[in-house]
Amino acid sequence: MQKSDDAFVVFDRVQKSYDGENLVVKDLNLSIGKGEFVTMLGPSGSGKTTCLMMLAGFESATNGEILLDGTNINNVPPHKRGIGMVFQNYALFPHMTVGENLSFPLEVRKMGKSERETKVKHALDMVQMGAFANRRPAQMSGGQQQRIALARALVFDPELVLMDEPLGALDKQLREHMQFEIKALHERLGITVVYVTHDQGEALTMSDRVAVFNDGRIQQLAPPDDLYERPQNSFVAQFIGENNKIPGKVESLDEARGICQIRLGSGELIEATAVNIRKVGQDTLVSIRPERVEFDPERMAPDWYLIDAEVIDVVYMGDIYRTVLRVAGTDDFVMKTRNTLGAEKLPRGQKIKIGWHPEDARALNPI
Amino acid sequence: MSALPTYASTGQKIWYYGFRVICGLVFFFLIAPIITIIPLSFNAENFFTFTPGMLALDPEAYSLKHYQDFFTNSDWQQALKNSVTIAPMATIISVGLGTLAAIGLSQSHVPFRRAIMAILISPMIVPLIISAAGMYFFYSRVGLQGTYLGVVLAHAALGIPFVIITVTATLVGFDHSLTRAAANMGAGPVRTFFKVQMPLILPGVISGGLFAFITSFDEVVVVLFVGSASQKTLPWQMFIGLREQISPTILAVATILVVFSIALLTAVELLRRRSERIRGVSPR
Repeated sequence: MQKSDDAFVVFDRVQKSYDGENLVVKDLNLSIGKGEFVTMLGPSGSGKTTCLMMLAGFESATNGEILLDGTNINNVPPHKRGIGMVFQNYALFPHMTVGENLSFPLEVRKMGKSERETKVKHALDMVQMGAFANRRPAQMSGGQQQRIALARALVFDPELVLMDEPLGALDKQLREHMQFEIKALHERLGITVVYVTHDQGEALTMSDRVAVFNDGRIQQLAPPDDLYERPQNSFVAQFIGENNKIPGKVESLDEARGICQIRLGSGELIEATAVNIRKVGQDTLVSIRPERVEFDPERMAPDWYLIDAEVIDVVYMGDIYRTVLRVAGTDDFVMKTRNTLGAEKLPRGQKIKIGWHPEDARALNPI
Repeated sequence: MSALPTYASTGQKIWYYGFRVICGLVFFFLIAPIITIIPLSFNAENFFTFTPGMLALDPEAYSLKHYQDFFTNSDWQQALKNSVTIAPMATIISVGLGTLAAIGLSQSHVPFRRAIMAILISPMIVPLIISAAGMYFFYSRVGLQGTYLGVVLAHAALGIPFVIITVTATLVGFDHSLTRAAANMGAGPVRTFFKVQMPLILPGVISGGLFAFITSFDEVVVVLFVGSASQKTLPWQMFIGLREQISPTILAVATILVVFSIALLTAVELLRRRSERIRGVSPR
């Protein structure tokens, strides 16, 4: 990760340990530009929330530096950082009305009454909750509380806003709607957002860049499309979207072209893009996205490798057919085909030939 | 218990009514001694018994003279004055220290928190006479025996466990992300405490305070040891009154205290309901 000069938030070789023995965050390097929407995505226990808490100031870094706008904030207490935050359970003050909740950060900043009222009203209008200023949090639904929490994090015009799984408690439809709204607010206000989630859909739709966390490290930091199309290791390939993996051994490696040949367990030889292959003879997992697999000869180029497959099961999912195949000794190989006019369900047990573009097969490290 | 189902057997029917009788008896046993003193305190005679006139509901047999005695007799007035000065001061100390202790002990990083908690709670568990004797010797050494300050401190020590217990119970339901949210919005620890944490744990603080107040208000053992005649409180005066001259004025005082306690307990109950309402709201 390059440390660029215009980076707004920088984690520089940050480590965190709670007990002095096990590192929850191991060597975190991340720089976030001004106005960027960066999501920390990962399974629970991967260290992503710890990173957010270190940035907010609720946890201290064991080693390394955290910079905000060029200044080291390791020893700045949370209440002096001026960072907005939306908490997982909203953390609205139950004894205050919505208006008082929003007014709180402004009172702390010793702002005059009329200015406070203007700002509170503006913030509530921004999340379409203008009529709710006199309600108490308990009198509102989860979605409404979520909007209030968002308004409260934005009301004091912070340049950086942190969000800790803010949509986790909402139902699917509301969640998708709020994703859209948060994204729109981010673009309109030009704020920098660091967003933590374990929902990859959320991460892919909202972010400029996604940092995939696992085991206390960033596995890959990339824009959503890159992350999906070009995962850099097996963990990312498995974690983001559905993925087929076929184990094999590297038979030859053409480093100049970035291509290698893989001998599969079943004896077949295929060509794949070498991603993190270091030497001939090493074990590898070849990753292929289900929607990049073809079985219709008309849609395949003549230079594609073809492999024998047997249909185990087909599930009709409306827009697609999800076909489970036995390929090269694995029987959980998935192929997704579009449900076009005249498309038909393959019968079980049918033997077919499948293929894919060599670029779509990515030879990754074995897990 | 809901209404008796139609298919109940004879045994179940007997138990159904028997259970109610037992409950009634328990209730009677608890309440009767307290209820009896109320009419007796309006006795026109200087005795602890129901006179024939009282039983006949003769208005002549009732009077307020014992109440009058209480409000005019200088001994009683001195005792009342002592009680209403000592109890609030002891309560303020108990609430202040007890609340801080509860908040401190609810932080997981405090070492030996269980042991510290046990020590602070101990005045409630150790037999009162032991505490009283211990305090007597200790306070004599440090010159607090027979002073108002000594009695106030002794009562504060007795009241602190109640405050710690009620505040700790309230803190269990306290959502710590609220203090984080406050800090995040720029509020320092002091403002966060008074604007966010305190209002939410206030019901626990107040009910703890009421318990501490009542403890001091009807405590007799410790004050006998630690205090001297000039720190004589109401319970002390009642105790002496029972021993030396059996005057129904004691009954009048008792009635006033019972009414006062009921008022306080009602306040506690109302606060508890308010606290539950606020707790129910906290989003989770």
